[in-house]
Parts: sequence; structure tokens; C-alpha cells
Amino acid sequence: MHSKIGGKIASLIVFLVLAVVAVFCLAPFFFLIISSLRPGVEMIRNGISLSIDYSALNLKNYWLLVEGKEGVYLFWYMNSVIITVLHTVLSLLLTAMVGYGLAVYEFKGKNIIFMIVLIVMMIPVEILILPLYKLTISMGTINTYLGVILPFVVAPTSIFFFRQYATSLPKELLDAGRIDGCGEFRIFFQIMMPLMLPAFGAMGILQAMASWNSFVWPLIVLRSNEMLTLPIGLQSLLTPYGNNYDLLFPGAVMSVIPIIILFIFNQKAFISGLTVGGVKG
Amino acid sequence: MSQPLVEATIKPDLGRRRLKKLFATQKAAPYLFVLPFVLSVLIFFLYPIISTVIMSFQQIDGPGDVTFIGLKNYRYLLNSHFLNAVWITTKYTFWTILVLIPLPLLLAVLLNSKMTIGKNFFRSAFFMPALTSVIVAGLFFRLAFGEQDTAIVNSILGVFGVKSSVWLQDADKSMLVMVILATWRWLGVNIIYFLSGLQGIPTELYESASIDGASEFEQFRYITLPSLKPVILFVITISIYGGYSMFAESFALWGGARSPGEIGMTIVCYLYQEGFNNNNLGLGSAIGIALLFLVMAVNMAQLWASGFFKKEAN
Repeated sequence: MHSKIGGKIASLIVFLVLAVVAVFCLAPFFFLIISSLRPGVEMIRNGISLSIDYSALNLKNYWLLVEGKEGVYLFWYMNSVIITVLHTVLSLLLTAMVGYGLAVYEFKGKNIIFMIVLIVMMIPVEILILPLYKLTISMGTINTYLGVILPFVVAPTSIFFFRQYATSLPKELLDAGRIDGCGEFRIFFQIMMPLMLPAFGAMGILQAMASWNSFVWPLIVLRSNEMLTLPIGLQSLLTPYGNNYDLLFPGAVMSVIPIIILFIFNQKAFISGLTVGGVKG
Repeated sequence: MSQPLVEATIKPDLGRRRLKKLFATQKAAPYLFVLPFVLSVLIFFLYPIISTVIMSFQQIDGPGDVTFIGLKNYRYLLNSHFLNAVWITTKYTFWTILVLIPLPLLLAVLLNSKMTIGKNFFRSAFFMPALTSVIVAGLFFRLAFGEQDTAIVNSILGVFGVKSSVWLQDADKSMLVMVILATWRWLGVNIIYFLSGLQGIPTELYESASIDGASEFEQFRYITLPSLKPVILFVITISIYGGYSMFAESFALWGGARSPGEIGMTIVCYLYQEGFNNNNLGLGSAIGIALLFLVMAVNMAQLWASGFFKKEAN
């Protein structure tokens, strides 16, 4: 009896601790949404404050996303969507091929290539931005979608993930396909790729999120205002003088919403994409 | 006369077929599969690395105006801006690790316990911040830590009689803001790493331990912690990489690579400022190379101190 009460108190304390942390994690979302419904002048005057006049909230700022700054926000949104889709599709296709090749075949140089995958994973991208910028200029892809996408499309983490996944594919199917006269590529596209669909789901979501939120490289490649992606565009509004809040808050809210929807419906894929790549390897 | 003519008409077709066959053979196929990676590494990794190493020994005043200056760029790194950047980045990395290992570890243990109510909700709630871009996070924290008395943090502290602060103008206070921002965004990710580690520990270990009369704390100390060591090492390693290459958080909080009195100037901010704002590609490259060696040295030291290499040798 005594220990039962003790257990209840313990689980109540645990619940309270978790609840406090959950408030810390979720409160910013609440305040971002509320702030997007208030006039930007209040943000300059009061910062994000706890006292909220709920009767004064309105959707006026959201209209600015279409009208403000000659509708440039819509361009940013479109650029983000195009870059994210292109990057994700290309990246999945290419890295799945490489990961599959490393997992299924025995060939000379295989171990060296896998070592290089691991090394590239461990070099911080930021040290390469200067030479990559120079390279992008000489390739003529500065301020283009391709310039943003190409350097990082064959992502080593994604290769690693697909390799881990493909090692567990049944090798008998490979031989069966060969006996039926399929070439190696047909075996990959028609037999093996369908079996790797869960891996495509997990990596696709992770790649899409990374691309949607990507900051450092697009900041350097994209030069003209109507070519910017959402994070870079929003950043350009964030001047030291603190104006533009009318546009910034609804813009920020609309940029987060697609990913949250994706997350709510695919939580398992998010989590398996994160963990298989790292810890279990 | 007719012989070569026949050959010429057959050859292209034969060649194409041979090529197609070559593509499909088991010998050639693996190389074609890994080709995208090989190309990408050569063009977007190896070439830039070599070119940045070369640039780091040069003074570049324009496209054709390049002089070799030996180690001058590296010697110049002993200036106060770079040393300040190294100090700030190291402090930031240290604090993020100090917070972002024990806190998510504790929360993961709580989430993994059978008695806990609402596990799925909490796990999702903790993960949500990781979905936001650093700019959105920066926008919130910049204004929540605003200098006005009415801004969230100042008004909460005001209830306890603490005077309002100008958070983003003071070195120590802005370090706190940067660490809180990092904690907000990465807490959920680290929790998921630790949770997946916890789920890999066989439950029989705990059962036999509790039969032997081990307390909850002893079980944590002698079963959970040792089993999680690889995960902890992994998280420390990626935190060192993440911490030392921090850039966007600072950029978002101060609206650019510059901050008052360089209180948010990380190594990559310095690289960005020299390379892009001041157009000094040579010095920028030297900063990058120095950062690379620094990160690798810190990580080696960390792995050595935790006995990682000893285990490998056995």
C-alpha cells in the first residue's frame, strides 16, 4: 500500500518534469502564431510579451505575404518548394544507387569508397564554403537552383543509411533476377528498389526537412531577392533596426507549417531516419 | 572492297550492344552504381579542399592577382579577432555539451519508463523544435530575450525582482541565449538518440539486477550508463562538430555575421566575414583549415580520454 502511493507520487513528479519541458519546447510556437496576428509595431515596442490582448488579434498580416514587398514572399515560397523537391528526388535516387552498390556487390575499391563516405561525413561543410563558392562562380551556377542543389545532392549520410538498409536485402532475389535475364540495373529498379521503400520514406523526409531549412549554402549562392529561399528571405527581413515584423512572423509561421504537417503524419519515418544513420551503425 | 563496308555497318550496332552488355555485367555494374558519389567527391569535395589549402598560402587581390605568401595567413590568425572567435566557439561547444547530454539522457530515461503517462505526446512535443529553421528559432529568441521590460524573459524575471537586461549586448548573457537556443532546437533529437540506445538494452539485465536487490539508481549507474556509452560518445562527437561549426544561430540572433563587441563571433562567422564581406579568400581559407584541425584535435582528445581507442586495440 505504502509503495503504491510512493509510486504514484513518483510518476506524478515525472509527469510534471516532462510537462515543464514540453512547455519550454512548445511555447515558442504559440508565441510565434500569436505574434503573427499582432501589429509589428508592438513587437518593436514590447518584444514578444506575455500580456496578450486577444480581442485585438487579426489576420491582416497574412495578407501582406501576398501583397507586401511586391509579393516577393510568394517567390521565396516557390523557390523553397522547387529546391526541396528537386534536391530530395535527385538525392534519393543517387544515394540509393550508391548505397545499394556498396551493400550488394563485391568489387575492387569498395572499402576505400566506403571509407571516403565516412570521411566526408566527418568534415564540417562550413570549411568548404569559400572554395565551393569560387567553383560555383566558375561553373556559372551562382544564383541558380542547380548551384544550391548540386554540391550536396549526393549526401554521404544518406548513402550510409541506404547501405545499412540494403545489406539486409535478400540476395537470392538478385540471383533469381539474373537467371531470368534481367540486367543489374533492371534488378535494382524493378526488384530491389520497391523493397527499399521504407528507407526512401525515412530518408526522403529527412532530406526534405534539411533542404527546406538549409541556411548556410543558399545564403552564399543566392544573390537576387526573387531567387531567395524562405530562410534566407526571412533572414533578409531581420534587419538590425527591427522593422518588417508584420511580414516576418506570418512568413515564419507559414514556413514551419508544411514540415509540422509532414511530421505529424510520418513520425516513425522521421525517427527511424535519424537513428539508423547514426547510432546503430 | 566490300569487306570494310560490311564491317562499318555492323560495327556501331555491335558497339552499342557491347556497351549495353558492359553496363549490365556484374563486373561493371557496381562501379556505375557508385559513380555519382565518386564524381561528387572529386568535384565538390576533393577539388575544393585542395583549392582551399592552396588559397590559404596565397594573398588574393582579384581574379588574376594572386601572390604566394607562405604561412603569413596562418601567422595572422594569432590576432585578437580569431582568438576571440576560438574562445567563444569553444565556450559555446562546451556549454551545449554540458546541457545537451545529461538533460536529454534524463528525459529519455523518464520517457522509457513503463509508468510514464503520455509518452508519445511528450516525445513528439520535444522533437517539434528540431523541425524549425534556425531563422525562425532566432526570430523567437531574439524577441523573447528582448531588452524591453515587457519581453517574456525580462517580465518573468521581473516577477522575482530581477532587473531587466539587455541580453544580446552582453558577452555572458548572449552566450546563455545562444545555448538556450541550441538546447531548444536539439533537445528532442538527442532524446531520440538516447531512447533508441535505451531500447537496445535487454530487459533481463534489469530484472536480474532487481532480483539481486540493486536500487533504481544502482541500475542506472551500473547498467544504463555503461550500455549507453557508445551513444553518449556519438552524441558528444556530433555536438563537437555542430558546436565548432556554429554560424547560423549567431547570424539569426544578430541579423548578420557581426555582433556588438564580437560577442557572438564564432569561427565560421569570422570565416564568413573575412571571406565574403572583406573578400579576403586567402585568410578565409586559412581560418577554414585551422577550424578543421581544431575540430579533429578536440574530437581525438575526447575519444582518447573516453578510452575509445583502447577498446579498438583489444
